[in-house]
Amino acid sequence: MTVPTDLDRRFRDAASRAGLLDAAYDVIDSELGPLLAAVTDRGLARISFDPEPERALESLARLAGPRVLRAPRALDDARRELDDYFGGRRTAFDLELDLRGLPDFTLRVLQELANVPYGRTATYRELAERAGNPRASRAVGTVMNRNRIPIVLPCHRIVGSSGDLVGYGGGLARKEQLLRLEGAIL
Amino acid sequence: MMATVAAIPPFETFYAEHAGEVLQLLRSRLGRERADDAFQETFLRALRAYDRLHHGEHLRAWVLTIASRVAIDTHRRAGEATEELPELPHLDGRPAYEELAFLTDTLPPKERAAVVLRYGYDLDYDQIAAALDASEDAARQAASSGVRRLRRRIT
Repeated sequence: MTVPTDLDRRFRDAASRAGLLDAAYDVIDSELGPLLAAVTDRGLARISFDPEPERALESLARLAGPRVLRAPRALDDARRELDDYFGGRRTAFDLELDLRGLPDFTLRVLQELANVPYGRTATYRELAERAGNPRASRAVGTVMNRNRIPIVLPCHRIVGSSGDLVGYGGGLARKEQLLRLEGAIL
Repeated sequence: MMATVAAIPPFETFYAEHAGEVLQLLRSRLGRERADDAFQETFLRALRAYDRLHHGEHLRAWVLTIASRVAIDTHRRAGEATEELPELPHLDGRPAYEELAFLTDTLPPKERAAVVLRYGYDLDYDQIAAALDASEDAARQAASSGVRRLRRRIT
């Protein structure tokens, strides 16, 4: 038997309102295609360019606990800020982030990454310097590659020393699209 | 050799797998209208207990037992007489204890549910407590008095 849509939605809303979820996720439409976004009680925990939930569900359960449920209402804030960002009405995010379990160096790098302003770029090497280890640009590349919250933590703003885009977890085309949206490239 | 125990799936997977069957059971017991509230209550109860589960075995039996309890509570709140047994799923590939079914079928509902979930499906007492909406102690007591009753009958 298929569960009617409104009954299904009522349960998902109630579960989220009752604070019973370790993580809530939804698939959000964006200029870059569908994004899977997830929040925990600590904040935004994940943005994924792969909208198929299977892999994300398992890793969210490992991160936060097994009570992972699609609950669109819980993503209202994140959805609004992302919409505003893609609509060019927002240049910085006010969302709390869930960065639990990440090693110190990664946290320092992400902290510096968050300070790279909208519409600007920095190099892997510069970010490594700012995080206190100028020789760690390769490690910075790895941190960018494993960024759990792309777009909001703007790893698309980090480029090679000659200005080439180098790489992006969501594919170079998306990196270029984001930088173009921000006016960082023409 | 270590037995492999099924991991607890993310709740979304569990819900997607069992929601249809739970709704079907509740509609057959309560009618369409009241089944909707009971559906929500069933999965909220499951959610409340979900992070205390120790393994992902027999989740179908577990959630159908919760649904049966919710149906009974609904009848009770409406002041309707309920002599029904919590309907334990008989469809789950029935293991070796199947021959005990005709015995447990005559136990009082709570004892029967506790005995079958404990010894049939090997669930822990906190899982059984969640299914019966009772304390862990009450679940333990129901199982042991069920077993005592069976023993008296067999000997």
